[in-house]
Amino acid sequence: MTTAAKRLPREFRPADVRDAGAEIDVQKVRRDFPILRQRVHGRTLVYLDNAATSQKPQVVIDAICRYYERDNANIHRGVHFLSEHATEEFEGARRKVQSFLNAADTSEIIFVRGATEGINLVAQTYGRTHVHAGDEVLITAMEHHSNIVPWQILCEEKGARLRVAPISDSGELLLEDFEKLLGPRTKIVAVTHVSNALGTINPVQRIIEMSHRGNIPVLVDGAQAVPHLKVDVGALDCDFYVFSGHKVYGPTGIGVLYGKHALLDAMPPYQGGGDMISSVTFEKTIYNKLPYKFEAGTPHVAGAIGLGAAIEYVNGLGMDNIAAHEHELLAYATETVSAIPGIRLIGTAKEKAGVLSFLLDSIHPHDIGTILDQEGIAIRTGHHCAQPVMQRFGIAATARASFALYNTREEVDALVEGLQKVREVFA
Amino acid sequence: MPDLRELYQEVILEHSKAPRNYRELATANHRAEGYNPLCGDHFTVYLDLEGDSIRDISFQGSGCAISKASASMMTQSLKGKTRAEADRVFDQFHKLVTGQSPANGNRAELGKLAVFSGVSEFPVRVKCATLAWHTLHAALQGKQQTVSTE
Repeated sequence: MTTAAKRLPREFRPADVRDAGAEIDVQKVRRDFPILRQRVHGRTLVYLDNAATSQKPQVVIDAICRYYERDNANIHRGVHFLSEHATEEFEGARRKVQSFLNAADTSEIIFVRGATEGINLVAQTYGRTHVHAGDEVLITAMEHHSNIVPWQILCEEKGARLRVAPISDSGELLLEDFEKLLGPRTKIVAVTHVSNALGTINPVQRIIEMSHRGNIPVLVDGAQAVPHLKVDVGALDCDFYVFSGHKVYGPTGIGVLYGKHALLDAMPPYQGGGDMISSVTFEKTIYNKLPYKFEAGTPHVAGAIGLGAAIEYVNGLGMDNIAAHEHELLAYATETVSAIPGIRLIGTAKEKAGVLSFLLDSIHPHDIGTILDQEGIAIRTGHHCAQPVMQRFGIAATARASFALYNTREEVDALVEGLQKVREVFA
Repeated sequence: MPDLRELYQEVILEHSKAPRNYRELATANHRAEGYNPLCGDHFTVYLDLEGDSIRDISFQGSGCAISKASASMMTQSLKGKTRAEADRVFDQFHKLVTGQSPANGNRAELGKLAVFSGVSEFPVRVKCATLAWHTLHAALQGKQQTVSTE
């Protein structure tokens, strides 16, 4: 155990980590991320905007370069050496994702642009097939806009109703209210695994059990969960799971939709084009088998390969170790930031991951962000694409520090010092 | 390297904490709303126009220190001015915060508003400084739609 991990109260430590004796050597890990070496405004970069996007380790950058330098070719259609090789790399990345999520089969792993596209895909295919006038789609009050708007578009088109399960003042889903909102008209449930604005970890297992009692399928938005928690779609028994590659140390423009085979197989295609067909005549087109039915056009091959490299990287460190390191860091940040006079935390759920959202006196978060930036500290300020969450708390914006596997206690200390400076400027 | 003290000048901080003319204007015959969807800043500007001149002006809303101080000082500087004068001040102010106004140039009409020159070193904050002004512009033109910085 590292000294840092030793400071962790026992009850905060995942059981398997407590016994594994494994650890994250954060200084060693930081050397894997070239971007962290730079200085910003003359200061060492302190990157605490990981919920927006994470930085990339050298192995991911190298994998993308290597693909373009050595393997670049179109996939699934060439008879030549490069095409075969590129196809093997691309499908290899799919196998890595399958194993990472513990999906039953590679046919259940659809490459998309990101979590947003994954949700839109489900809304426009499963949703348009199963949601009709008078039906309901159930989400929660802590969703990112990407898990609100696709369902609003669907509901508007179909004359269906979007229902929203409320959250508590600490930012936790009110499960009893959620359960009451499940009914015969509910055709799909879409919930975030971890809230990007509050950091709350939702009890998705229980949400899925409750929904399945009424045979209602559940989509889980895992954009903020996959970088921080071990996700097992088989154990969760969720019907759909989406995440974005760039939040888990992979490239932008690539993400994953996991879906249960039977559901995906019954769904109509999302986009038409090359690669998603078996045969085309002007009279009739026969669609390709899964997962290709949902991958029209040349995919982001380099992105998928980069994501595969990112998954190998986090697997090498161990998701449980990453979770333990980040949990300790979040606990430390919560304690030290809370001790600053005038701080109000937004999102104080018992189970949290990666995110510390806060207000400081009546200082606007944008002013906090500008002053911290001058100290080389990158945080996010604003509504975090979750305006209904801000409305729930009666605020316009928050300042948000969000953590990754390479962040240190010293960086949390720098944040606290930076916030003291903010107070001095506005004294 | 941009200097924080240039951005957060005492006058700006003081206006952000105690904004002037911060009220709904009962006699207003023009009003407009301005909104910055990126940060959620939201202001309403009220105008009491008598013919061509601004008899009274006020504002309400929420925003960062820069946007609030800019709104506050705008109301102070424009009270009693004509539309044409207000347009000229806005034009000079816009040039100032976007770095198009030479330090030795004509800033006479800006008066105290010259304290916002530091904004030009912080491009992402230009929208904060100009939100109330765009809203004023809409109010003068009698536009009903909410003005957006985007």
